[in-house]
Amino acid sequence: MLEIKNLHVAIEDGSKKILNGLNLTVHNGEVAAIMGPNGSGKSTLSYVIAGKPDYEVLDGEILLDGRNILDLEPNERAAAGIFLAFQYPIEIPGVATMTFLKAALNAQLKEKGQDVLTTPEFMRRTFAAADKLEINRDMLKRALNVGFSGGEKKRMEILQMALLEPKICILDETDSGLDIDALRIVSEGVNALRSPDRGFLVITHYQRLLNHIVPDVVHVMNAGRIVKSGGKELALELEANGYRDYQTAA
Amino acid sequence: MTAHVTQMKTAAETALAAEFVAAKAALPGTAAVGALRESAFAVIAEKGLPHRRVEHWHYTDLRSAMRDAKPLAGLPDAAALAAAKAAIVPHARPGLAKLVLLDGSFVPELSDLADLPQGVQVMPMAKALAEGNSEVIARLGALEVAQGDHALALNASFMSDGVVIVVAADAEVKAPLNLIHLRSNAATASFARSLVLVNAGAKFTLIEAYESTAGRAADVEAQLNDALEIVVGEGAEVEHVLLQQLPRATLALTTMTVDLAAQSAFNSFALVLGAGLSRRQLYVRYSGEHAKAGLRGASLLKDRQHADTTLIMDHAVPNGESRELFKHVLDGASTGVYQGKVIVRPHAQKTDGGMKSNALLLSDDATMNNKPELEIFADDVVCGHGATVGALDEDLLFYLMARGLPKAEAERLLIQAFVGEAIEFVSAEPLRDALNGHVDAWLSER
Ligand SMILES: Nc1ncnc2c1ncn2[C@@H]1O[C@H](COP(=O)(O)OP(=O)(O)OP(=O)(O)O)[C@@H](O)[C@H]1O
Ligand SMILES: [Mg+2]
Repeated sequence: MLEIKNLHVAIEDGSKKILNGLNLTVHNGEVAAIMGPNGSGKSTLSYVIAGKPDYEVLDGEILLDGRNILDLEPNERAAAGIFLAFQYPIEIPGVATMTFLKAALNAQLKEKGQDVLTTPEFMRRTFAAADKLEINRDMLKRALNVGFSGGEKKRMEILQMALLEPKICILDETDSGLDIDALRIVSEGVNALRSPDRGFLVITHYQRLLNHIVPDVVHVMNAGRIVKSGGKELALELEANGYRDYQTAA
Repeated sequence: MTAHVTQMKTAAETALAAEFVAAKAALPGTAAVGALRESAFAVIAEKGLPHRRVEHWHYTDLRSAMRDAKPLAGLPDAAALAAAKAAIVPHARPGLAKLVLLDGSFVPELSDLADLPQGVQVMPMAKALAEGNSEVIARLGALEVAQGDHALALNASFMSDGVVIVVAADAEVKAPLNLIHLRSNAATASFARSLVLVNAGAKFTLIEAYESTAGRAADVEAQLNDALEIVVGEGAEVEHVLLQQLPRATLALTTMTVDLAAQSAFNSFALVLGAGLSRRQLYVRYSGEHAKAGLRGASLLKDRQHADTTLIMDHAVPNGESRELFKHVLDGASTGVYQGKVIVRPHAQKTDGGMKSNALLLSDDATMNNKPELEIFADDVVCGHGATVGALDEDLLFYLMARGLPKAEAERLLIQAFVGEAIEFVSAEPLRDALNGHVDAWLSER
């Protein structure tokens, strides 16, 4: 379970405040969607949960299963079960995708005090997960994300998520850049990971993703806080009316 | 700049002059070689050691770095030979012949002269000089673009020994030849001079290693100034790989000149890890058309190390291709220098040149001096250069850490990738693996 309490966040140099007393809970087994206008702070929230150093937390807490993770390094948060599928996955020249995947998986196992995977076991798991996402094996040999299409990058994020088996999955606009088939494949990949002991925070602008990944709750974010929460019908209402009803509070 | 200021000779300059007078009669060579030494030393006598006001040496002030000139290394004694014998043990590889130089002297008893690959002949440089081998002597210092070079002139003045390697025309030499330059733990100066003649149509790989018989922790101040001239015949293909792991107390100057005949190819990669102060000079001349050269390297430095790579690509004829890619990884208070000049002479049309220098600063105290230059006198050419200096990308680090990699491991992966971009050009996989292994070891010691 992820609990965010009264979170206030500014850019590291203090020049701009982005999150203003945000409260949000993602229960295990739940898919929570966040929708909100451009610039409302959705990606910032996801970065702060993952531990990006560019931001300063002024107040508040982020608890994972009751434990405050704000003092943890990003890698420690990852090992604790936080996973962020980036809105803009980064290209890492010179680092082969397979090398990276193995390093990530083994680093997390080590951090948890578990045995690292043998190479054949790692290959077996990776190929199985890649096949499900229709990621071809040549892509796994290339440098991570380098020259990948927008959709391929997003699939690669979901592949990592599937391999790392996190407790809380944050998907930041994973649907953007996906064609219709890829949207279905990626959504199936996400749905396959749904489980009673895993929570999802799905950031999106569009209902079409939520047709595939049906949320349990929808939160509306504006000006750095959650201004409304409701069931999945809230997304349909936003699609029809836009954010105008929620922007007064800012 | 041309005004002549009579400057006081430094202790090192005075000592060099005295040493030259005392040693020249005993240095190997016929009268012709003696004359060559005299004219070379005249350069030093006139100009002194190069300093920061000499453009070419601006970032590596040898005059102030060389507080003294160490006495010339003599022939190695029994103790030095015994240490050398132990030091080369890790270099023993089945099927790979090695040539060993100790303090600038060729050591036949530690070299695999009986097991040289087919088509390869080796002769000690001292012997070639003493016998007045005209083919060898004609090649010494013949490369126009390198003339007047201080370090090369100093080497020519004092050159003692080295190897002459001749590769027969059309010989396809599969196994690389290992040239191991050992320094004993003696506070001396050595001046090795070697020549590699690769005849038309031959294929040849030379691996050079620089290290001390006392390991990297050797603490005696040694000086070395070596030169290697490579002549690549028509249609010949030469690959060169160098690994420098000298102790910090060593001052190392090395010059490599390459003369490219038509249709030839030359590729070089150097990994510089050692020496307190080092400078590699590379001079490449395109003598025949449609020749291709790729010069690449990586210098990984820490503490107060200083490493300079200075090169000139001289496109004297049309249709040449040159590529340079140099990587510096600078930790501690280290300094990296890259000076690369691509000259395209007036008739050298259709020259294709690309030069890149990238530096990664791992500490606030590290410094990189980048000076890429193009001197283009022809109008139909494609030449470009790029130079970057920066810290590790924070966003890349965060991405890797967000996937579970601890910071140190994330940095490691990124640095390996950065250096790997240059190592990738080494054609043999075992060599690439060995080089990557040295990079890993360096990273582990950070
Ligand atoms: N590192 C940063 N430096 C400066 N400004 C930032 C930084 N990070 C976020 N911001 C600003 O904070 C605000 C919120 O940005 P954020 O990316 O979180 O919005 P978002 O809700 O994800 O928007 P979108 O829907 O367009 O993805 C924006 O005005 C953005 O410009
Ligand atoms: Mg965003």
